[in-house]
Amino acid sequence: MAKRIDISGLNAYYGSFLAIEDISMTVEPRSVTAFIGPSGCGKSTFLRTLNRMHEVTPGGRVEGKVMLDDEDLYGAGVDPVSVRREIGMVFQRPNPFPTMSVYDNVAAGLRLNGKYKKSELDDVVEKSLRGANLWNEVKDRLNKPGSGLSGGQQQRLCIARAIAVQPKVLLMDEPCSALDPISTLAIEDLIGELKEQFTIVIVTHNMQQAARVSDRTAFFNLAAVGQPGRLIEIDDTERIFSNPSVQATEDYISGRFG
Amino acid sequence: MSHATITPKSASSLHGARLPRWFPWAAAAASVALGFGISALAGLHSDIQWALIAAVLFLIGSYAVASAVEGKRQAKDRTATSLVWVAFLLAVIPLASLIWETVKQGVKVLDGYFLTHSMGVVADAEPGGGIYHALLGTLEQVGIAALISVPLGILTAIYLVEYGRGRLAQAVTFFVDVMTGIPSIVAGLFILSLWIIMLDMGYSGFAGSLALSILMIPIVVRSTEEMLKLVPNELREASLALGIPKWRTILKVVLPTSVGGIVNGVMLAIARITGETAPVLLLVWGTATINANPFDGPQASLPMYIYLQYNNGSEPAYDRAWAAALTLIAFIMVLNLAARGIARWKAPKTGR
Ligand SMILES: Nc1ncnc2c1ncn2[C@@H]1O[C@H](COP(=O)(O)OP(=O)(O)OP(=O)(O)O)[C@@H](O)[C@H]1O
Ligand SMILES: [Mg+2]
Repeated sequence: MAKRIDISGLNAYYGSFLAIEDISMTVEPRSVTAFIGPSGCGKSTFLRTLNRMHEVTPGGRVEGKVMLDDEDLYGAGVDPVSVRREIGMVFQRPNPFPTMSVYDNVAAGLRLNGKYKKSELDDVVEKSLRGANLWNEVKDRLNKPGSGLSGGQQQRLCIARAIAVQPKVLLMDEPCSALDPISTLAIEDLIGELKEQFTIVIVTHNMQQAARVSDRTAFFNLAAVGQPGRLIEIDDTERIFSNPSVQATEDYISGRFG
Repeated sequence: MSHATITPKSASSLHGARLPRWFPWAAAAASVALGFGISALAGLHSDIQWALIAAVLFLIGSYAVASAVEGKRQAKDRTATSLVWVAFLLAVIPLASLIWETVKQGVKVLDGYFLTHSMGVVADAEPGGGIYHALLGTLEQVGIAALISVPLGILTAIYLVEYGRGRLAQAVTFFVDVMTGIPSIVAGLFILSLWIIMLDMGYSGFAGSLALSILMIPIVVRSTEEMLKLVPNELREASLALGIPKWRTILKVVLPTSVGGIVNGVMLAIARITGETAPVLLLVWGTATINANPFDGPQASLPMYIYLQYNNGSEPAYDRAWAAALTLIAFIMVLNLAARGIARWKAPKTGR
C-alpha cells in the first residue's frame, strides 16, 4: 500500500527566513529515495514538510503542493493528524517515550489513536518488532523501560513504533548518524526489507549509505549561507554516483566540495 | 643494549606538595579553639562573636598555610571551598536551631489529647485544650485552596507552554508574574472587599481558601511551566509524527514525563500556603470550637492559633503555641518528603 509523493513548487519558511525554495520532485512508491547535501541546505526541513511536521516549529510555514497519490497534503480541510498517520517519521536521535515500556512504545501509536484489543495489540507489537529486527533482542524484556535499550536498539524501537501504525510512507532523518556500524548495517538491511511495503525517504550524510540503500538520490545545495536550499538534481542512484548531470553533485559526492 | 627509560631526577611537575586530607578539619578545630580563647580573653559573651572570629581565622589561616605549602592556586581553591562551607554553615545554623527550639518547646504538651481536642471551653490562660479545630480548619482551607489552584495552575501552565503564542500568552505570563509578588495581606484584603464586603458572604474557611488560592496559583503555574519546559521537544514531535493529536500528546506523553516534577511543585506550593497567617486572620476570623463546615461561619487554623495563643501570653498558652508550631512544621516536612518520594517514584525510568 505504498504511495507516490509528487512535490511541486515547494517553499518552506522559518518565520521570514526562506529555508528551501521551489522544490519539485517525485518520490516513487516501493522504493528508497535518499536526500544528500551539505549541512544546512534544508534536507530535514524538506523532509518535515512531507508529513506536515514543519508547521509544528514556531513560525514554520509552507507554500506549494505535496500530492500523496492524488490528494494535496496542504489542500484546504486536510487534517495534519491524519496526514501523519499515513506518513511516518524516524528522527535522527532515537526518542523512545521515557515513561513507557518497550511494548507500550510500540503500541503507543495505535493505543493513543483508538481502542484495540489486547490480543490485536500483541500481534501488532510482535510483528512490528520483528519488522524492525528487534524482536529477538527484546522479547524477554517487553515490559522494561524503552529508554533502557542501547542506542541502536532504541533507534530500531523507534522504527518499530513508526511502522506499527502501518503508514504508507516512512521518512527517516539520518536514522543511523548516532549508531555504530553494526546497528547501521542492521538498519540498512531493514530499510531494504521495508521498501517492499513502504515508500521510504532517507536523509543521510553518508555517501556509501546512500549508494547502498537507495534507488534514487536527490542532491540539495545552497548557493551561500543565508540563501535558501534548492534541489540540484534527482536521478537513479547509480547515475548520480557514476555520472551526475550537474558538476556540483559530482564535486559533492567525490568530496571536492567547498 | 636495551633502552632504559630516562626518569627525570627532579620532582615530577604533576606532583606538588599536598597538605594532608585532614588539614581542613584540623584548621577548623584550631580556629574554633582560638575563637573560643580570644572571646574568653576579651570577655565577649555572645555565641555569634566567637563563631565569626573562628570563621575568619579559618579562612585566613587555611589560605596562609596552603599558599605556603601548596602554592597560590591551590590556596585560592581551598579558600573558595572554605567560603562555600562557611556560607553553608551560616545558613544551616539558624535553621537547625529553629527546629531544635521548636521541638524542645513543642513536645511539652504535644500528645494525642492535644491533637484530638479543641480549645472548647478551656480558657486561654488555663492548661489543657488542643488544636483539633485548628488542624481541621487548616486541612480544609488548604485542601479547598489546592482543589481550586491545582487544576487552574496546571491548565494555565499547559496553555503557556504548549499553546501560548503572541499577545494573550504574554499577558498571562505578565499577570502570573504580578500575582507571584502579591503580599498575602493584600490577597486577604482583596477577598475581604470582594467576597465579604461586596458580595456580603460572611466569614468562612472558604473565604480564606480563596485568598490562599490567589497566593498558590502563581506558584503552581511557575513550577509546572518549568517542568513542562524540561520535557524534550523530541518527545512531542515523536508523538505528533505518529499521528497522535496534540491534546493526547500532552495528556499521554508530556504530562506523564513531567508528572513527578509537577506533583513536587504542587506539594511545595501547599507547604508554602499552609503557614500563611494574614489572609486567614482577615477572612476566617477564628474560633475556639470545632467548625467542620468550611463554607459557613468562622473556623480556626494553625497559623492563626499560634498567633492567638502567643498573644495571650500565659505559660500554658505559650506551650500550646509551640506545640502547634511543631505540628505545623511536621506537617510541612511530611508534605516535602512526600513530594520528594513522588518525584523519585514518577521520574522517567532509565534503568534496565
Ligand atoms: N527551528 C528553526 N528555526 C529557524 N531556522 C531553522 C530552524 N531549523 C532549521 N533552520 C534553518 O533552516 C536551514 C535548513 O536547516 P535544515 O535543518 O533543514 O538543514 P539540513 O540540511 O537538515 O542540515 P543537516 O544536514 O545539518 O541536518 C538552515 O539554514 C537552518 O539554520
Ligand atoms: Mg538535518
